[in-house]
Amino acid sequence: MEHHSERAHDPLVEETERERRASAAARLFDIRRVIGGLFVVYGVIVGLVGLFDSAADLEKAQGVRINLWAGLGMFAFGLLMLAWQWIRPAEPPTEEEARKA
Amino acid sequence: MGGDGLRLNMNALDYGILALYFVTVLGVGFAARRAIKTSVDFFLSGRSLPAWVTGLAFVSANLGALEIIGMAANGAQYGMMTVHYYWIGAVPAMVFLGIVMMPFYYGSRVRSVPEYLRLRFNRPTHLLNAISFALAQVLIAGVNLYALALIMQALLGWPLWFAIVVGAAIVLAYITVGGLSGAIYNEVLQFFVIVAGLVPITVLGLVKVGGVSGLMDAVRDSELGEAGLHAWEGTGSTDNPLGAHWLGIVFGLGFVLSFGYWTTNFAEVQRALSARNMSAARRTPIIAAYPKLLIPAVTVIPGLIALATVKGLGAEEGDLVYNNAIPLLMRDLLPNGVLGIAVTGLVASFMAGMAANVSGFNTVFTYDIWQAYVRRDRSDEYYLRIGRLATVLGVVVGIGTAFIAAGFSNIMNYIQTLFSLFNAPLFATFIIGMFWKRMSPLAGFWSLLSGTLAALATYLLYKGGIVHFNSDLEESFWGAGIAFVTVAVVALIVTPLTRPKRDEELTGLVYGMGGVDLKGDVLAGDAVWWRSPVLLGAIALVLSVLLYIPVF
Repeated sequence: MEHHSERAHDPLVEETERERRASAAARLFDIRRVIGGLFVVYGVIVGLVGLFDSAADLEKAQGVRINLWAGLGMFAFGLLMLAWQWIRPAEPPTEEEARKA
Repeated sequence: MGGDGLRLNMNALDYGILALYFVTVLGVGFAARRAIKTSVDFFLSGRSLPAWVTGLAFVSANLGALEIIGMAANGAQYGMMTVHYYWIGAVPAMVFLGIVMMPFYYGSRVRSVPEYLRLRFNRPTHLLNAISFALAQVLIAGVNLYALALIMQALLGWPLWFAIVVGAAIVLAYITVGGLSGAIYNEVLQFFVIVAGLVPITVLGLVKVGGVSGLMDAVRDSELGEAGLHAWEGTGSTDNPLGAHWLGIVFGLGFVLSFGYWTTNFAEVQRALSARNMSAARRTPIIAAYPKLLIPAVTVIPGLIALATVKGLGAEEGDLVYNNAIPLLMRDLLPNGVLGIAVTGLVASFMAGMAANVSGFNTVFTYDIWQAYVRRDRSDEYYLRIGRLATVLGVVVGIGTAFIAAGFSNIMNYIQTLFSLFNAPLFATFIIGMFWKRMSPLAGFWSLLSGTLAALATYLLYKGGIVHFNSDLEESFWGAGIAFVTVAVVALIVTPLTRPKRDEELTGLVYGMGGVDLKGDVLAGDAVWWRSPVLLGAIALVLSVLLYIPVF
C-alpha cells in the first residue's frame, strides 16, 4: 500500500508521521466505561433523592417527579454505555495496522 | 449582573454532583497520559480515535459557554428564527467539510489547518494565519473563562477571581497531562452531561406552559407575537424579529459566515484530524451534524419558555437580561438533584469551549510557529515539551484576558467580533486554493491579507457611523460577503502576474491533482454502506430541510 508516496512531500509533516511509529495511542482507555460509570452513579444518586422529594420540591417541579425520572434516565443511559462497551469492546489494531502506524 | 436575584439554592447534594464531575474530568486527563509518547499523540491523539468519539467532540467543542447561553437568549429575543443558526447556518457547512474538504486536510497529513496553507501556498500566508489563529484562541479562551466566572458568581455566589482560577486550573491540568486525548475524551463526556442538564429544564418548562400548544399560545401573546413561531415567513423583507432578508440568511449566514467558521476553524477541524482513518475523519463533522440538528430543542425552546414564563425578561441590564434565560429557568423550576446536574452541565459546556481553544492553540503554537519559524530540527520529545509549556502559556494568557474582560466588559464583544472577521476571507482563500490549481502562492498571501483588511474596514466604517446597516447581524453578512469577493478578485488579479506552484507540489492538496486516497487506510468495518460519509451527509441535509416544515 504505497499510497503515501503520492502525497506532496514536506519534511516537517514526514518527520511527525515517522515518529507516529512510536505512538502509544493504542494504550488509550475506552471512554465508554467512564461515561457509563459516571451516569450510573448520577442516576442512582438523583433517582434515590427523587424517591424522597419533599412536597415543596414537587411543587417547584410542576408536580413532576423530575429527580426520579431524570435519575432513571441517566441510570439507563449509563448501563447502555457499559453494555455497548461489553458487547463490542474496542478492537486492538491488527498486526498490519500496527505496522503501518 | 449583581444582586442575589439569580442565586440558586444549591445544597450539599448538588455540590457533590459538581465535585464528582470535576474529579472525573481530572481522572480522564491523568488516565490519558499513558497514551502519550510522541508529539502526535499529544496534539492529534496519535490519529487513532473512532468516528463517534471525534464526532461528539466536534459538536462539543462548539457547545461552549456563549453558545448555549447565547442561543437560549436569541430564542427569547428572536423566536424560532434562531434555528437558522443550526439548520442552515451549521449543518450544510459541516457536511461540506466532511465530504469535500476533509480528503485534502486528512489525506495530506497536515497537522493543522494553518499548515495546509504552508503546503498549498507559502510561508508568509502560513505565518499570517498561524499567528492570527493562535492569538484568537487564547483571547477567546479568556472570554469563555470570564463568562464562566460571571455565571458562577451569579448562580453560586463564588467570587469572580476564584471561579476564573478554578475553571482555568482544571482545564490546564487535563490538557497539559492528557493532551488532545484528554480534551477530546472530556468533550464527549461533557456532551452527555450538557444534554442531561438541559433536558430537565426543557421538560419542566414545557409542563409549566402546558405543552407545545401552550407554548405556542404563550409566544403569540408575548411581544414576539406570531412571528416568533416562524423561521422563514416574513423574510421577504427585513420586517421580522431577526431583521434579516432570506437572501441574507441563505448567502450571508448559510454560506459565507457558516462555511467560514466550520470549515477552517482549527479548534473544530483538529478533532477530525485525530480520527483513525480517512473514513472516520470524513464522518467526524457529519456525525456531529446530527446532534447539531436537535440541539435547538434544548436551547431555543427553553429561550421561548423563559420568554413566556419570566415576567420582564429582556431588560437592558440587571437579572432579567436575555442572556439569563436558562439560569432563570434553573432557579424557578429545578429542585435539588437535577439542579446539581444542570449546574454541572453548564460548567461542562464552559470547559468544553475553553479546552477546544487551548488545545487548538498549543498545536498551532508548537507545530506552526515554534517548529516552523523558531527552532527547527529538534527531537520529537522537544516539541512534546514545548506543547505542554504552550498549554500553560495559553491558559495564563487566557486568565489575563479574563481579568481584563472583567474590568472592561465591552471588550469581550469586540474580541468576538474582531476574530469572526477573519473567518470569511480565510474560507475564501481555502476554497479557491483547493479548486483552482493555478492560484499562485503570492496570490494566496495577498488574497488572505486584503480580504481580512476588507472585512475589518467594513466593520470599522459601520462602527464609525460612516456606512449604515440595519443591525450588527446585517453588517456581519455584508462584511463577510465583501471579504469573500475581495479574496476572489485579488486572486484573479495577482495569479496571472506571479509564478504558480509545480504540479507535483500540489498533489493531495488541490482538487483534480490526484494523491487523495479515500479508501487506502480503511479499517475492517468502516467499509459497510451505512458508514458512507456521502450517504450520512445527504441524510443530515434532508433532515435539516424537513425540520423546517413545522416552523416555516
